[in-house]
Amino acid sequence: MNAPGEFLDYGPDAVLMAGLTGTNWRLADYVARGGYDALKKILAEKIPPEQIIAEMKKSALRGRGGAGFPTGLKWSFMPKNFVGDKFVVCNSDEGEPGTFKDRDLLRYNPHAVIEGMTIGAYAMGANRGYNYIHGEIWETYLRCEEAIDEAYAAGLLGANVLGSDFAFHLYNHHGFGAYICGEETALLESLEGKKGQPRFKPPFPASFGVYGKPTTINNTETFAAVPWIIRNGGEAFLNLGKPNNGGTKLFSVSGDVERPGNYEVKLGTPFATLLEMAGGMRGGRKLKACIPGGSSMPVLPGDVMMATDMDYDSIAKAGSMLGSGAVIIMDETRCMVKSLLRLSYFYYEESCGQCTPCREGTGWLWRMVDRIEHGQGRVDDLDTLNSVADNIAGRTICALGDAAALPVKSFIKHFRDEFQYHIDHKRCLVAPYV
Amino acid sequence: MLSAEIKRKIDREITKYPPDQKQSAVMSALAFAQDEHGWLSTEVMDAVARYLDMPPVAVYEVATFYTMYNLKPQGRFKVAVCTNLPCALSGATAAAEHLKHRLGIGFNETSADGCVTLKEGECMGACGDAPVLIVNDRRMLGFMSEARLDELVDELRDAAQRGEGRRGSGDRS
Repeated sequence: MNAPGEFLDYGPDAVLMAGLTGTNWRLADYVARGGYDALKKILAEKIPPEQIIAEMKKSALRGRGGAGFPTGLKWSFMPKNFVGDKFVVCNSDEGEPGTFKDRDLLRYNPHAVIEGMTIGAYAMGANRGYNYIHGEIWETYLRCEEAIDEAYAAGLLGANVLGSDFAFHLYNHHGFGAYICGEETALLESLEGKKGQPRFKPPFPASFGVYGKPTTINNTETFAAVPWIIRNGGEAFLNLGKPNNGGTKLFSVSGDVERPGNYEVKLGTPFATLLEMAGGMRGGRKLKACIPGGSSMPVLPGDVMMATDMDYDSIAKAGSMLGSGAVIIMDETRCMVKSLLRLSYFYYEESCGQCTPCREGTGWLWRMVDRIEHGQGRVDDLDTLNSVADNIAGRTICALGDAAALPVKSFIKHFRDEFQYHIDHKRCLVAPYV
Repeated sequence: MLSAEIKRKIDREITKYPPDQKQSAVMSALAFAQDEHGWLSTEVMDAVARYLDMPPVAVYEVATFYTMYNLKPQGRFKVAVCTNLPCALSGATAAAEHLKHRLGIGFNETSADGCVTLKEGECMGACGDAPVLIVNDRRMLGFMSEARLDELVDELRDAAQRGEGRRGSGDRS
C-alpha cells in the first residue's frame, strides 16, 4: 500500500529543510548540500568550545521543543572540568498533539541532527550521545539507524572524529508510547530503562543527567539548526528572525486548512502568511480558533491570531506560547467543548500518575468536560473547572500539570458562552462535527 | 522464551549503552519480544528480566507504563488509530468509526476471526497525514480515506489467512 504523494515544499524561506526532496537524506546528499562543513571547520581549525557557545548565544536560537530556552545559555551550564562521561541527548520524542516537524527532519535530513549533536558534544566536552526517538515512528527510527551507520563508516562519529582526538559515540534509542517522555527528565529515566516518570529539579540534568552524569538535552530541530549557525555565523541566523527570536522555525500546521503540513518560516512572519502557505482555511470557512504552539498551550480566538506574528515574544504578547510550533486550526463549525474534551482526555490518559494534583486532577477535568459535552453539565462546573485547573498548575513535578490546565482555562476564557450554552440548553451551540 | 534472533537483536541494543547499563536495552528487548510473541506474558517478561539481569518487577514496571506494549493476547494485527484533536479535525473520528463498522468491533476489541485488534491511539506525531494509524507498532499509514481503510482491511485479512502477522489470540489453543 503506497502513501499518497508527500508534500515537501517547506516554503521560500526554508533553511533547515532547503533542497529536500524526500529521497536525498543520505550522507552523500547531505555533504553535497554543505553538510559536515561546519564540523570539519571546527576540528581542522581547533575552534575553542567557548567560541562555539558564544556563537550559539549570538544566534538567539531558542529551544524548539516547547520551552524556548536559549540554547547557547543551556550549553554553557555543562560543567567544564568534570572527569568522566558527559552526554548530549536529542529529544525526538515528538508527541505533543499537533507537532510533526521532528519526524520530517529525522527522515528527510537526519545528518543535520547528527552533525548538530556532534558539534554540541564538542562544544560541551561530551563523549556520548543518544537520540531518543518517538515510539510511534519505527520506520523513521530505522532510517536514523542507517544514517548513524553511514556517519560511523565515514569517520564522522567514533573514537577519532575525522581523525582528530575528539571522540563522540552516538546512538538511537527507540521509545514505546509515553507522551511524558518528552519531558526531559522523564526521557532520561526512560533512557535508563525505567518507567518514564519525571525527576525533581534540582539537580538539573547538566549536573545530574542520564546515569547520574552531566547531560544536555535539546530538541531535534534545535540540534538541526546548529550546523547552519556555525557555517553562516550566529549573527546571520539571528538576522533571519528578529531580536531575541533568531532564525527560522518549522511550524506544523494541522486541522482545518487546505494543506496541513510543515512550513519553515522566519520567526516574526505574520500568522496570516503561514495560514496562506497552508492553503488557507479548508473550504473557505472562517477561522474560529487556533492553538499556536501545541495542545498544551492556550487557545486563541481567530481574530487575535490574525493580528499576531509567529515568534516567541509576539505569541506570548497575544496570550499564548509558541511552544513546539504546532499550529492547530479550528474553523467556525467546530465545537469548543468537544475540542477541549478530546484534549482533556489526552492529559488524563498520559498523566504518569506520580503527582496527586495531576493524577487526580486530569481525570476530574476530563469527567467534568465530558458531562458538559453530554448535556449533564452543572451550573457551577465552569468555576469548578477553573479551580481544579488552578490547583494542578504549578503544583506538580513537571509541566504536564500546567499543560493539562492551560487548555481548560483558555478555552473557558475565550469561549465561555459556548460552554455556558451547553450547560443551559444541554446541547451544542454549533453544528455537530467529528 | 527468547529466540536466538531476539537475543541477537537485544545484544546489539546492549552495545549502545555503557557496559554497566544493560537495563537501558529493556524497552527494545520487550518490543522485539512482542514482535515475536504478539504480547508480553509474565513468562516472556521474566525471560527478558533474566537476560538483562533485572529484577522481574523492574521489567513489569516498564511493560505496564508504555502504552504500546500488549499485556494481553491480540489479534494478528493491532491497528491503533490516532483520534486526538488535530487528527479528529481531519477525519480521524470518521476513520475510526469506519474501521469499527467494517470489523464489527469497538476499541480494545478483536475481530471474530482473530485478525485485527483495534486500539485508540494518542498523538503519533504525524498529524499532517491524518487520519493516521499504526499496524503492529511498526508500520505507519497516513491519509486513510475510507477507500484506503477498506484496502487495508482486505490486505490484513488476506495476510492473516496466509498465517502472516503476529502470533494472535485466535491461534492460542
